[in-house]
Amino acid sequence: MNANNDQYVLQTRNLSVYYGDFKAVTDVNINIPRNKITAIIGPSGCGKSTLLRAFNRMNELVPGSRVEGEVLFNGQNLYAKDVDPVEVRHRIGMVFQKPNPFPKSIYENVAWGARIHGYRGNMDELVERCLVQAALWDEVKDILHRSGLALSGGQQQRLCIARAIAVQPEVILMDEPASALDPIATLKIEELMQELKKSYTIVIVTHNMQQAARVSDYTAMMMLVDEHSRSGTVIEFDETHKIFTRPSDKRTEDYVTGRFG
Amino acid sequence: MSRPNIFEDNLPTRQKTASVWQLIFLSATVVGIIFLSTLLINILNSSFGYVALEARVPPETLAVNGVPLEELPKEELVRLLQEHLSSGAFNKLENEKPFEKRSRSEVYDLVISRIVKYKVVESWNLFESLFRADEIRARVAEEFPEAELRFMSWLTVDTIRRPQSSEALLAGMRTAILGSLWTIVITIIVAFPLGVSAAIYLEEYAQDNWINRLIRTNINNLAGVPSIIYGMLGLAIFVRSLEKLTSGAVFGLVDPTTANGRTILSAALTLALLILPLIIINAQEAIRAVPQSLRRASLGLGATKWQTVWWHVLPNALPGILTGTILAVSRAIGETAPLVVVGASTAITFDPTSPFSKFTTLPIQIYQWTARPQGEWRHLAAAAIIVLLTLLLTLNATAILLRNRFTKRF
Amino acid sequence: MAIRKENGRIINGYPNRRADLRKHPRVRETIIQALLFLAGFVSIFTTIGIVYELGKEALLFFRTPEVNLWEFLTGTSWQPHIEEFGVLPLALSTLITSSIAMMIAIPLGLTAAIYLSEYATERVRKILKPTLEVLAGIPTIVYGYFALTFVTPLLRSIFGEDVVEIYNMASGGLVMGILILPLVASMSEDALHAVPNALREAAFGLGATRLEVALKVVVPAAMSGIAAAIIVGISRAIGETMIVAVAVGAGPNFTFNPFRGAETMTGYIVRISGGDLSYDSIDYNSIFAIGLLLFFITLTLNIISQRIVRRFREVYE
Repeated sequence: MNANNDQYVLQTRNLSVYYGDFKAVTDVNINIPRNKITAIIGPSGCGKSTLLRAFNRMNELVPGSRVEGEVLFNGQNLYAKDVDPVEVRHRIGMVFQKPNPFPKSIYENVAWGARIHGYRGNMDELVERCLVQAALWDEVKDILHRSGLALSGGQQQRLCIARAIAVQPEVILMDEPASALDPIATLKIEELMQELKKSYTIVIVTHNMQQAARVSDYTAMMMLVDEHSRSGTVIEFDETHKIFTRPSDKRTEDYVTGRFG
Repeated sequence: MSRPNIFEDNLPTRQKTASVWQLIFLSATVVGIIFLSTLLINILNSSFGYVALEARVPPETLAVNGVPLEELPKEELVRLLQEHLSSGAFNKLENEKPFEKRSRSEVYDLVISRIVKYKVVESWNLFESLFRADEIRARVAEEFPEAELRFMSWLTVDTIRRPQSSEALLAGMRTAILGSLWTIVITIIVAFPLGVSAAIYLEEYAQDNWINRLIRTNINNLAGVPSIIYGMLGLAIFVRSLEKLTSGAVFGLVDPTTANGRTILSAALTLALLILPLIIINAQEAIRAVPQSLRRASLGLGATKWQTVWWHVLPNALPGILTGTILAVSRAIGETAPLVVVGASTAITFDPTSPFSKFTTLPIQIYQWTARPQGEWRHLAAAAIIVLLTLLLTLNATAILLRNRFTKRF
Repeated sequence: MAIRKENGRIINGYPNRRADLRKHPRVRETIIQALLFLAGFVSIFTTIGIVYELGKEALLFFRTPEVNLWEFLTGTSWQPHIEEFGVLPLALSTLITSSIAMMIAIPLGLTAAIYLSEYATERVRKILKPTLEVLAGIPTIVYGYFALTFVTPLLRSIFGEDVVEIYNMASGGLVMGILILPLVASMSEDALHAVPNALREAAFGLGATRLEVALKVVVPAAMSGIAAAIIVGISRAIGETMIVAVAVGAGPNFTFNPFRGAETMTGYIVRISGGDLSYDSIDYNSIFAIGLLLFFITLTLNIISQRIVRRFREVYE
């Protein structure tokens, strides 16, 4: 067990991610603290989403992908041989860039995950609690049996968040959760994240620096390793206010002040 | 300020060629439609028309006390049978089913078939009957003075309901239709789960290695194998090697009329192998069309692969899978050659009662009727074709409706 | 409600949730995956079954003293009852009927495809394509009926009853052409449709007429797809059975005259197996020898066509 176990939920040790021969992410070493929001920022194509997906082994869905190094979840290596990716995804949930509710009723969207994991409690109560936590309850309580696809984009994304928390994960990974939404819906999601961090650790990928500055406690700054490479890495990881006010890396400073590229 | 024109002024010619060709292209397509209509008209044309019938015993002579044959009560009809048939033949009928239990119309049919014994001496198509009626009448009056000229529809509720018979006027499609239904139901029961499972395997589970590539290539090749080859496979494996199973001997269910493996079960298994590649290919396409985001959502919740497939991929692929299956099944319904090879019976008059019964199917019946030299069987074949095409059209329409109804909302 | 603690957090309602992430055997998943794999493997068994069974019986056929392979492949007389086993009469009539069919199907199918892909408006396409699909969905026995009761009498009234026999190859071939037309048309149309629009725009931009774009740009670009369609059509024609069984006849004549009756390979198989057949007769074995030949011919054609299609895909993707 790691000494920092209590403080950090996820820790990477020399983590590199490959798609076939292509090394998408190089040598990442970061510690993600418990019950905080950590943002991953950086220019597009530098491997932010790939890094995020490596945290719950979703990257494995791409044929030919593989990982070097370790990702420790409460001190346990997610990529150890005897670890079951299904268990991993149960503990570390995910919200995707484009809202992807199941083509089922709102109720079923929330209840399904709980049911397959053998939830024994009162399902109606769980659905209500998760929808309340996701700040969606008031809008949908009368239409629980309508299709999840009938909701607006912002509502759909909050439904996806409710769905993710219904299986009671420890960490929620969010892959640009607001990039497909309008500003008002985005604001709602951001407020929601502040609520959620009381119970969950959140890691969010965003291409929007203002968003990172507004919502996150910690920030990982990713860049391509060098200009000839297509592989990205974390060049700086620190508390968000430091990244945005006194970055230690020149490249970070260029990026956050808009002088990048 | 004119530039020297180095180009030939060929535009009008080019335009002309173009429009000529456009006409050719269009007409080629129209030819297809003409063929289709000719084919349909030809079949309708053969299904109706005049027939000249000669009776061995003219029905007029069977009137009793001035009451014409058609209006005689059942008892009188039975008496007629007793009078005209040998006692052996009469008793045989009585033994098959006592006359008391037969309805009047059944007895009436017996009188017609056993005593009156109509024979078709000549038959005409619909168009001939409509446009050359006078000619036909004159000819019949001259050549067959005894004959009765009747306008006949070969497709009637009766022809559909009657069993097969060696007399064209009494033959019906019932045996064949039931045989087709039995066969196709078993085919679906076997091929659908197998095909969908294979498609799930190939789309959701199979990694890109040599064995899975082999399976894929193989399925594509099987889809192109002539259907008659499947018939030979069925003959060798289901009829001969697995005779114990397909004749029902294993279950002690041997149909007394069936001495070997040439049963409905063999036919259905053969057809199942035949349409399996089609079902797989169609189901693969339907599964592939389910958006990846749905799988990610499910897996991201910690669902296992099978939970994802069962709860999300399959329900959303189902309309597509069903459409593809219906199309494959309609192919199976129309198949003839493999069933001839597997050993369809040439003449069975009793309804199939189990998977181990002898079989005939609608297309087989059409084939056998078409192959007979006498014209009247061709009319019957045409009527059976109408039934077959109606069945297929209904199925295809269902498939198209299904496809349109569930065209997805992703 | 079952309440557990996990890393200091309270977990509600998941009594069976495990403390660690280690794999445990998922028996259900494993069994299901194995069953699915088996289902996929059935197709392999089918192929093995075809090759094995056909091969086994064909071997018995070639083992009989009256038969030798050379005579089989070159003999021009197929008369099993007098022990003459030359496959050429059967092969020739298969060749003739298939050639007639392709003479109908290729030009008509191609022009129909060009019309549908390059000329037809969306509305016309919506009517014509389903028509072609309906044509493709009609059982072949119906085509056979059509050949015998419509096309044959038509041919006889055109060319004379003494020239055209009641059972003849021309009628079967013609109708087979109609049967294959939709197949060729639809596969070729797919190929034409797959040609990128940029190519068409480039040609139009140079002032080409629609015909020139279609014939000189699109068709050459789609050539391999069209070739594949034609090959599949040929393979379909060779394997087609019911039309020839009904309309072409039942005597294995060695003749080049399309108006005479003959018997194709498939027609022979159907005739022999449709009769009362004893399993140990040479007739029974002979149909497997012919079936095997048929299988390899069509398989070769299909593989060639798939190769062509695959290469064609690589060009545009």
